[in-house]
Amino acid sequence: MKVTFQIWRSDSNGGQLKDYQTEITEGMVVLDAVHQIQAEHANDLAVRWNCKAGKCGSCSAEINGRPRLMCMTRMDQVPVDKPVTIHPMKAFPIIKDLVTDVSVNYRVKKRIKKFKPRKPDAADGTWRMAQSDIDRVQEFRKCIECFLCQDVCHVLREHDLHEKFAGPRHMVYTAALEMHPLDVEDRTEDLKKQEGIGFCNITKCCTTVCPEKITITDNAIIPLKERVADRFYDPLFRFFRLFTKKN
Amino acid sequence: MSTYETYSHDVLVIGSGGAGLRAAIEASAAGVSVGMVCRSLLGKAHTVMAEGGVAASLGNVDDRDNWKVHFADTMRGGQYLNNWRMVELFTKEAPDRVRELEAWGAVFDRTADGRILQRNFGGHKYPRLAHVGDRTGLEMIRTLQDHGIHQGIDIYQEYTIVSLLKDGDRIAGAIAYDREKGLFKIFHSKAVIIATGGMGKIYKISSNSWDCTGGGISIAYHAGAELIDMEFVQFHPTGMVWPPSVRGLLITEGVRGEGGVLRNSNGKRFMFDDIPENYKNQTSNNEEEGWRYTQGDKNAKRPPELLTRDHVARCIRREIKEGRGSPHGGVFLDIAWIKEKISNAPEHIKKKLPSMYHQFKELANVDITKESMEVGPTTHYIMGGIRVDADTQMTTVPGLFAAGECAAGLHGANRLGGNSLSDLLVFGKRAGESAAQYAKANQKGKLSEKQIEELSKEALDPFSREANADKENPFQIQSDLQEMMQDLVGIVRTEKELIEALNRLEELKRRAAKVACGGNRGYNPGWHTAIELKHMLTVAEAIAMSALERKESRGGHFRDDFPDKSEELGSVNLSISKGEKMKLQRIPKQKLRDDLQQIVEENK
Ligand SMILES: Cc1cc2nc3c(=O)[nH]c(=O)nc-3n(C[C@H](O)[C@H](O)[C@H](O)COP(=O)(O)OP(=O)(O)OC[C@H]3O[C@@H](n4cnc5c(N)ncnc54)[C@H](O)[C@@H]3O)c2cc1C
Ligand code: SF4
Ligand code: SF4
Ligand code: FES
Repeated sequence: MKVTFQIWRSDSNGGQLKDYQTEITEGMVVLDAVHQIQAEHANDLAVRWNCKAGKCGSCSAEINGRPRLMCMTRMDQVPVDKPVTIHPMKAFPIIKDLVTDVSVNYRVKKRIKKFKPRKPDAADGTWRMAQSDIDRVQEFRKCIECFLCQDVCHVLREHDLHEKFAGPRHMVYTAALEMHPLDVEDRTEDLKKQEGIGFCNITKCCTTVCPEKITITDNAIIPLKERVADRFYDPLFRFFRLFTKKN
Repeated sequence: MSTYETYSHDVLVIGSGGAGLRAAIEASAAGVSVGMVCRSLLGKAHTVMAEGGVAASLGNVDDRDNWKVHFADTMRGGQYLNNWRMVELFTKEAPDRVRELEAWGAVFDRTADGRILQRNFGGHKYPRLAHVGDRTGLEMIRTLQDHGIHQGIDIYQEYTIVSLLKDGDRIAGAIAYDREKGLFKIFHSKAVIIATGGMGKIYKISSNSWDCTGGGISIAYHAGAELIDMEFVQFHPTGMVWPPSVRGLLITEGVRGEGGVLRNSNGKRFMFDDIPENYKNQTSNNEEEGWRYTQGDKNAKRPPELLTRDHVARCIRREIKEGRGSPHGGVFLDIAWIKEKISNAPEHIKKKLPSMYHQFKELANVDITKESMEVGPTTHYIMGGIRVDADTQMTTVPGLFAAGECAAGLHGANRLGGNSLSDLLVFGKRAGESAAQYAKANQKGKLSEKQIEELSKEALDPFSREANADKENPFQIQSDLQEMMQDLVGIVRTEKELIEALNRLEELKRRAAKVACGGNRGYNPGWHTAIELKHMLTVAEAIAMSALERKESRGGHFRDDFPDKSEELGSVNLSISKGEKMKLQRIPKQKLRDDLQQIVEENK
């Protein structure tokens, strides 16, 4: 079946969606279609990808307006009666075509205090941790750094506050450190000041797009907000807590 | 000095997979300045895909395990072509390297008493693979990445190294281009570590990621470094076969480790039919015992599904060839059956094999807790690569080091699952250490303006051919190469086909000389592929040439016309080096040290 795609192509004036047609066969994912178009019609079409297995988080884009991994979106889940649009992530500057500049995420992460373990539990320098104590942290560590959650978060997407609000990915990262049974570092003040956790108003959009199904808001951000609220009086969050507890 | 932007470092690390990151961390800790270049984003290297685990004889699950048993297992798996000194260092140091990851924040699955949990894997006598569900590679790369970014390493993301630069015999640096703008950059350094990973992408059906073109192996070769064991390519027995777009995608051996079984279209567990002589002692011949083994019964022997990969892959191929395959040309891998044995099987499977569950659900519409998977062999790993000194990881070029999948020696004729991730850690660290030492003891080499001009011109040539009538499409040549390697230099080889392959490679080289690309230099995949073709063709030729010379069957290399082992060839490694043409030599194996020989005997 021939399907029409509208793919964002950059040029010196910015760019526009360009039409391409290609043959879709059983089992294909959107990334296959993009590769086929690249090989047949547009050798210089830029797209970032590595694993084609949903494991590296390189191929993030907006397919018919929804932030998704191109390699994990099957063509038979996408309506093809209308052209399928593929747009680069909107929360980041475009480098070329479908490729965006996500370097801000690497800068933000570097600011967050690194893992600092307590003294080893055993003489051989090892630790003991129960599986039940690490289940939560392991959920956070599933993150493949696709930055789709950053893309969808309105604080970053509409208000471009990358330097003020670390964003959901880095909340997950901080939560993984803070809830690590061995970690003894304190990041509460940084969460409030440098990471700007107060900017998050718990819309949960990030959770809905996460391909790893990490419950970003409920399991990472809210518990971190609790920590911040316990240390620094935060009337708005107190109010939110009251409200959610009633429910 | 050159007109291009130049960066200066004591040690340059090429690649940011497990090996590159570990090397950079170590070199930096030794107090020298380190630059790390990778052609993908940081944290996206192929290592992220590793699933099953990292092998080290921690002995947390079975305290009979120790480095000696791991040594014997690795040598047996490699059919004794391994560099035994590397195996010794590796098995002794792997446990510390894994524990170190925990100190850097890794969160492995736990035993009941709170230690790092270990699982069974093919060819390992005891449960030996530390793991995190089936996403161990992600855990490892993220741990190294998150630790590494605080070590003062300069990281150059989406830079591709095109060639090494030399000053006479020794290394002087490397030339790269950045993907974003397509501009050339020069790295001037005292030592260089190549950690560029494998080459699966020169085959059509492969489990590897985009990055795995064998580029680093070829770059080292063209700089004069020797390669060895290039005929030994590992075909993993269980890749997806359907739908076509995911053909080759890996299904972790962990599925079999957790009790999954292989069946043909008659429902028969065909692996029981062919158990090799040297594994008879350790392999179970009945289904009940095999199941008990996977559930941790220390007195049970392992089921034949967990024999080494080369063997399982060939058995699967035989079933398919003889007409007992599955509808889409594979065989059946069944984990759902364990519901006969345990009550909460679906939850258990989802917990133990979460990515496998998702992979099949999302990409093939198959629920593995209910149905069998269809599986077939896929190109997975190269045992061969750049020849290195066992202790220092230095190649045959002074100042040039190599570690990880692109280096060779540890795995011999066949790698055991899980041994790669610990290889990256052990030899990544050693390479970092030695390179730092080398950098401290030596001055920088001189950069040659002429060399740089020639290399940059060669890299840009494809643009100048855009208007030619006989121009070739880079993607087309790449796909023809993949097809050819799959057909002629695959899992079962013959002299006739290998000669044919070498002839076709000459033809492909002629076509590659006419390859053209359009557009501009910034983020241009056509251009990128055009540059990479030279490297892919070099690696393909080294594999085909070595495979032709090894007239026997051993480990990952199987010759239909010489199905048995040859004592003569079993005593040599094959080396490839650059001359007028590609040069092949036999190098006699070193005699195993007496105490190590004894370990092998004791563990027979
Ligand atoms: C699906 C899958 C599952 C696996 N599971 C396991 C497992 O469970 N256990 C195990 O032990 N092994 C496993 N392996 C094998 C193992 O993952 C690899 O062998 C290993 O990760 C290779 O690591 P590396 O550091 O050598 O290279 P890679 O991780 O491949 O990294 C290579 C790096 O080099 C860079 N690079 C390459 N060429 C250039 C260039 N020209 N210029 C600049 N940079 C360059 C890349 O960008 C990348 O950063 C698995 C492999 C696959 C495919
Ligand atoms: S819940 Fe918070 S972090 Fe997530 S999208 Fe909404 S505002 Fe952003
Ligand atoms: S939290 Fe989820 S959506 Fe966000 S970067 Fe990680 S994997 Fe992607
Ligand atoms: S290419 Fe790796 S997640 Fe899509």
